[in-house]
Amino acid sequence: MPLPVVPFLKIPEDGEPWLEGCVCRRCDTTYTGQRLACARCGARDSLETKRLSRSGTLHTFSIVHRSFPGIPVPYVSAVVDLDGGGSLKANLIGVPPDPQHIPFGLPVEVTFADALGRKDRNGNSYLSYFFQPRTAR
Amino acid sequence: MTDVYVLGIDMMKFGRFPDQTVPQLGAHAALMALDDARLSIVDMQALYCANLGQANAMIGQRILQQIGQTGVPVINCANACASGATAFREAWIAIKAGLYDLVLAVGVEQMGRGLLTGAPTHGIPTEGLLGSGTMPAVFAEAGMEHSRRYGTRFEQFAKVAVKNHHHATMNPKAMYQFETPLEQVLSAEMIAYPNTKLMCSVNVDGAAAAVLASERKARELGLGRAVRVKASVLTSDPWHERGQAMADINTCTRTAARQAYAMAGVGPDDLDLVELHDCFATAELLHYENLGLCGDGEAGKLIDAGETALGGRIPVNVSGGLLSKGHPLGATGIANIYEITTHLRGEAGQRQVEGARLGMTHVLGLGSACAVHILERVDA
Repeated sequence: MPLPVVPFLKIPEDGEPWLEGCVCRRCDTTYTGQRLACARCGARDSLETKRLSRSGTLHTFSIVHRSFPGIPVPYVSAVVDLDGGGSLKANLIGVPPDPQHIPFGLPVEVTFADALGRKDRNGNSYLSYFFQPRTAR
Repeated sequence: MTDVYVLGIDMMKFGRFPDQTVPQLGAHAALMALDDARLSIVDMQALYCANLGQANAMIGQRILQQIGQTGVPVINCANACASGATAFREAWIAIKAGLYDLVLAVGVEQMGRGLLTGAPTHGIPTEGLLGSGTMPAVFAEAGMEHSRRYGTRFEQFAKVAVKNHHHATMNPKAMYQFETPLEQVLSAEMIAYPNTKLMCSVNVDGAAAAVLASERKARELGLGRAVRVKASVLTSDPWHERGQAMADINTCTRTAARQAYAMAGVGPDDLDLVELHDCFATAELLHYENLGLCGDGEAGKLIDAGETALGGRIPVNVSGGLLSKGHPLGATGIANIYEITTHLRGEAGQRQVEGARLGMTHVLGLGSACAVHILERVDA
């Protein structure tokens, strides 16, 4: 059983993983993960847990050609606005690392897969999330 | 409340000094600023010290161990790339509050080479998995947001590097003094599209320091080369829709600029020059608009028309900016104030903005902290 790459990635015993967030009942703002209070309006006891959408659109990106030692390049670092609220950053896969082929507003899907073979010092595997074009499937 | 003046200010030539310690670099700049003010460490009533890399190591006290342990209060300050400007501003606040008449502010940093690393991670590294947290990519993403909205092109971002490297050829205290024609910037190693290597700030060691004074003290000592601090503003990033996925460097800058103009009673058209936070070439274009130097969507036109080059309508980063002067994180905020002060004093030599009366500094610490200062020439 892999571990989640971030605490808000939930992996059930059986069935599909999901990203968990919360939404403020007062101002309708969605967050990834949990908060003590709403960062937008300051309300307390107003946050409800919710499942984040698996579809969204590409807001902005960069193509990374030089990274920390040992990190394979190039990769597309993408900021995606999820349908129904919340924004996330992750690798955008299934596109060539070329700005000519990455349109802003591209509809993407959140997919879950092994964290590129990376393991922690205890040898645990991790499950991560990625974006890929919705048309690519 | 009293007006506050810069009585003395200086910076080391930025470079790489592996044989020096951080306190030694800071002490060196402190003595330069004291000499510029013709004052001594025994005249200083407090020290505000900015450093990021050794924020837990009492750098301010160790500077005084090098130049004079007078027992004054020392406040060590870390606020990302806004650390130096924050220390300067805290000194300004202390004088405004009437606590002191003479305060020393020092910013110092010793940097490794290459990419800045983030906080240590638990589990597995997420770089190149959950996108990128490297600074060139983070500021590239902010630049691409501008491209999305206004069609800003790679070449327009690259022109910032051409301009700032050109400016640095006239600044003997800059790390680099060489021209980088557009072709060279565009074809340099791509770090994070659209930022090539020449569009990334230089990691250098450096230190800068300033002596601030109350109006009473400044008049007593003689206004001579003093410069008046017309506005000092610090903001953090307010809640933003996308803040969880990408730091918002724009809103906090816009708010800080608006507050600074109001405090100084001036507008963007009154400024003679600006030193802004060009940590990456993409960032400079965003800040043209954030600081009100042009309308929204006009930054590309501004750089194309050469209006922000020395001799243009509103010269930006005539020091060479962080791209070529270098970016020793904790020192940068005070080094920017040194540059503006030098022009207001008419002492900037070959790169002097003629007749400069009013200048602005801006720094942006990702995460985010934004500091804006407006400085004015004093006609004694």
